[in-house]
Amino acid sequence: MSGGLYSMDQKDFDQTLDLTKVKPYGDTMNDGKTQLSFTLPVPCGDEAVEAAKQLMKKMGFDNPQVVYFKELTDGFTFVNCYGACTHTVDYTTIHVPKVESTVWSMPETDDFIREHIGRKIVVVGASTGTDAHTVGIDAIMNMKGYAGHYGIERYDMFDALNMGSQVPNEEFIAKAVELHADALLVSQTVTQKDVHIQNLTELIEMLEAEGLRDKLIVVCGGPRITHELAKELGYDAGFGANTYADDVASYIAQELDRRMNS
Amino acid sequence: MAEKSKLGLDFTQVAAAKQLAKQIADQVQEFVDGYTTVTVERTLCRLIGIDGVDENGVPLPNRVVDALLEAGVLSQGVLYFMGNAILETGANPQEIAERITNNQLNVTALPLHPLADIQKAVQPYIEQCLTRIKGNVAKRNEYLNTIGEGPKPYLYIIVATGNIYEDVVQAQAGARQGADVIAVIRTTGQSLLDYVPYGATTEGFGGTFATQENFRIMRKALDEVGEEQGRYIRLCNYCSGLCMPEIAAMGALERLDVMLNDALYGILFRDINPQRTLIDQYFSRIINGYAGVIINTGEDNYLTTADAVEAAHTVLASDLINEQLALLAGLPEEQMGLGHAFEMDPGLENGFLLELAQAQMTREIFPKATLKYMPPTKFMTGNIFRGHIQDALFNIIGIWTHQGIQLLGMPTEAIHTPFMSDRYLSIENARYIFNDMRSIGEEMEFREGGICRERAKVVLNNAIELLQQIVQEGLFTALEKGIFGDVKRPKDGGKGLAGVVTKGDNYFNPFIKMMKERW
Repeated sequence: MSGGLYSMDQKDFDQTLDLTKVKPYGDTMNDGKTQLSFTLPVPCGDEAVEAAKQLMKKMGFDNPQVVYFKELTDGFTFVNCYGACTHTVDYTTIHVPKVESTVWSMPETDDFIREHIGRKIVVVGASTGTDAHTVGIDAIMNMKGYAGHYGIERYDMFDALNMGSQVPNEEFIAKAVELHADALLVSQTVTQKDVHIQNLTELIEMLEAEGLRDKLIVVCGGPRITHELAKELGYDAGFGANTYADDVASYIAQELDRRMNS
Repeated sequence: MAEKSKLGLDFTQVAAAKQLAKQIADQVQEFVDGYTTVTVERTLCRLIGIDGVDENGVPLPNRVVDALLEAGVLSQGVLYFMGNAILETGANPQEIAERITNNQLNVTALPLHPLADIQKAVQPYIEQCLTRIKGNVAKRNEYLNTIGEGPKPYLYIIVATGNIYEDVVQAQAGARQGADVIAVIRTTGQSLLDYVPYGATTEGFGGTFATQENFRIMRKALDEVGEEQGRYIRLCNYCSGLCMPEIAAMGALERLDVMLNDALYGILFRDINPQRTLIDQYFSRIINGYAGVIINTGEDNYLTTADAVEAAHTVLASDLINEQLALLAGLPEEQMGLGHAFEMDPGLENGFLLELAQAQMTREIFPKATLKYMPPTKFMTGNIFRGHIQDALFNIIGIWTHQGIQLLGMPTEAIHTPFMSDRYLSIENARYIFNDMRSIGEEMEFREGGICRERAKVVLNNAIELLQQIVQEGLFTALEKGIFGDVKRPKDGGKGLAGVVTKGDNYFNPFIKMMKERW
C-alpha cells in the first residue's frame, strides 16, 4: 500500500538536531514522521482515503499516507496514516510547572519524618463525588501500592486512611477533621464533561468556607490531573499519570516540614 | 462432574468447598427471608403494572412505597394494600398509584378485606406479568432457534456515550463487527440512586441511565441488527446498587439477556449496606432466573484492589458463595456468569501460566456456568501497543479454557471510554485468536507436577480455608474484616439500611414461589 519496504524519499532536509525547532523523529533526524489513526464518519472508499489525506495536510503533515483503511460500520471508515510533520516547537523555552520536591524512597521519607516532624503524618484519601474508581487512590495509598512502589499505608511514619470511592466532599472533610489530618488526597478518574473540575473546585470552596484550607495540605491526582491544573484549582499539588506513592509521600513530608519548621 | 480434571483437581475437595459455601449461603438466606426493602416493594409495583413519574420526575412506584413507609405500614407489603385497594375501588394498580400520587386516595385508611380475598385480587396482575415475561423468554428462544447465536466465548463489548441514541449507533456498529453481547454502561453514580430514572435519556457521565425506555430502545436496535447479521445479539445492563430488583424487573419486562447482579460487589465497591443489598439480591436473582437472564458477578473487581496472585482464592471463594446464593434463588447454573479476571502484573514471570491455571480451574469447578472472564485493567498503562498484546494473552486463555463471556479488553483502557475504532481493534484481536486457536484446549494437557497444576491446587486449598473461616464467622463478619478486595464493610454501615423493613403478618409476595416454580 505504501512505498515498499525501503524508503526512497530524498532526505533533502537538515539532519542536525536544533532544540529550538524540534519535530517528531521516525528514523532520521527532523524527518517529522508521525503515525495517526482515526475514524471518519464517511463510507469506505477512495473518497474516504482522500478525505483522510486532505485532513492530514490541514493538520500540518507533508506526504500523508493512508496505509490501512477499514469500514467499521455503515458510514464510518477507520484509517491508519503516516505523515511528515511540518511544525516545530522551541524546546528551549518550555517551562512546565512541577511539584517542587525531591522524590525519596520509603525509608528515606520515613527517616525524614522521624527527624523533622517527630510524629506520624495523618493522611486521608478518597475518590470523591460520584467517581466510582478507586484504582488511582488505591495505587497511591494501599499497602500493596502499584508497580513495585509501596503505598502510603506501608510507611511507618504515615497514618493513612483510604475512604474508597464515591465519598461526598462533606464526609471527606468531616473525616479529615475527626482524624486531625495533615493532608488530604483526592483522586479523580472520571473526567467526562469535566465533572472532576466541578468536584475538585467544590472541595476547595467547602474547605475555605470552613476555614480549613490553610490548615491542610490538599493534593489531587488522576490521569488527567497536572500540577498546573491543580494549582489553578487551589490545590497545593497535583499528580498525574506515572506518579507513585513515593512522589506523593516525599512531597507531603517536605511540605509539612516547610510549614512547621520554617 | 463426570469429566476428568485436566488440572488434576480433586473433585471431592471441590464438593467439600461447595458444601461450605452452601452453609454460608444458607446462613445469609435465613436472615434474608425475614425482610423486605423499599426497592423490593417498588419492584412489586412495577411487576403489577405501575409505571410513570409524577410532575417532579419521581417514579410512581416510589410515591406508592413512600406513602406506605410514611404511614408505618410497609411491613405488610405493597401487594397487601394494592390488593385491598383493588377490592375497594375497582381500579387497577396503575390507577390506584396515580390516585395515591395525586393525594386522592389513602390506601391505608380503607376498610380491610380478608387476606385471602386480597391475594386473589392481585393474582390476575401477577399472572399478566408472568405471561409477559414468559413471552419474552419464548421470543429469545425463537431467535436462538432461528437466527442462532455466536460461538462461545461470547464477545462482550460496552457502549458508554451517555446518550441512548448514540449508544445505539455504537452498539449496532459493534454487533456488525462481531460482538455478541452489548453492555450499556450506566452513568456514574446510578447505583446509589434509590429510584430508577424514567424515559429516554441523552445525558450521563461515563455511561447512560438504566431506564425502562432506554432498555426498550436498545432492545429494538439489537433485534434489528441481529436479524440483519443472522445472529442474536444479547443486551446487558446492571441490576446492582440500590435498585437491584427493580432493574431486574425492568430487564425481565424488556427482554434483557445479561445483568450484572452481585450484592458483594455493591457492598465492597459502592458501600451499599450489606443487609439491604443481600435482601434485594435474592428477589432480583429470582426474577433473573425466571426471565432467562444470565447474571454476571463482580469478583473480578477484587483484583483491582487486591493483588491478583495473592487474592486469587478470594475470587474463587466468592464465586462459590455466589453460586450457592444463586441456586437458593432458583437461578440455573447455565445462567451463572460467575466472574474472574486476568489481572496479574505483566512483569511477573510465568504470570500467563498462573492465569491459565486459574481460568481452567474456574472452568472445571463450575462446569455448566457461563463464566464471565474480565480483561486486564489494572496494569493497562496508556501504552496501547503493549495493552493490545495483554488483551491478546487474555484472549488466548479465554478460548483455551472455554470461557462463557469474554469481556473484551480495549487497548485504550485507562485512557477513555472506547472509541468505535477501539472496539473494532479489540473484536478483531479476539476473533483472530479464537479462530486461530479454537481447539487448543482439547490439544493441550497440563503436566503433572507442573506450574499450572500446582497453582490450581494452592488456590483451591486457600479458598477452602477461607470458606471454613467464613462458615465460622458468617458472611457479614467476614465482610467487616475486609476479606474480599481488602475492603472492610460493617453490617450496619453503608447506604440504604433505612430501606430495610421486617416482614409483617400479612406480608405476601407470590412472585417468589411462582417464579421459582416456573409458573
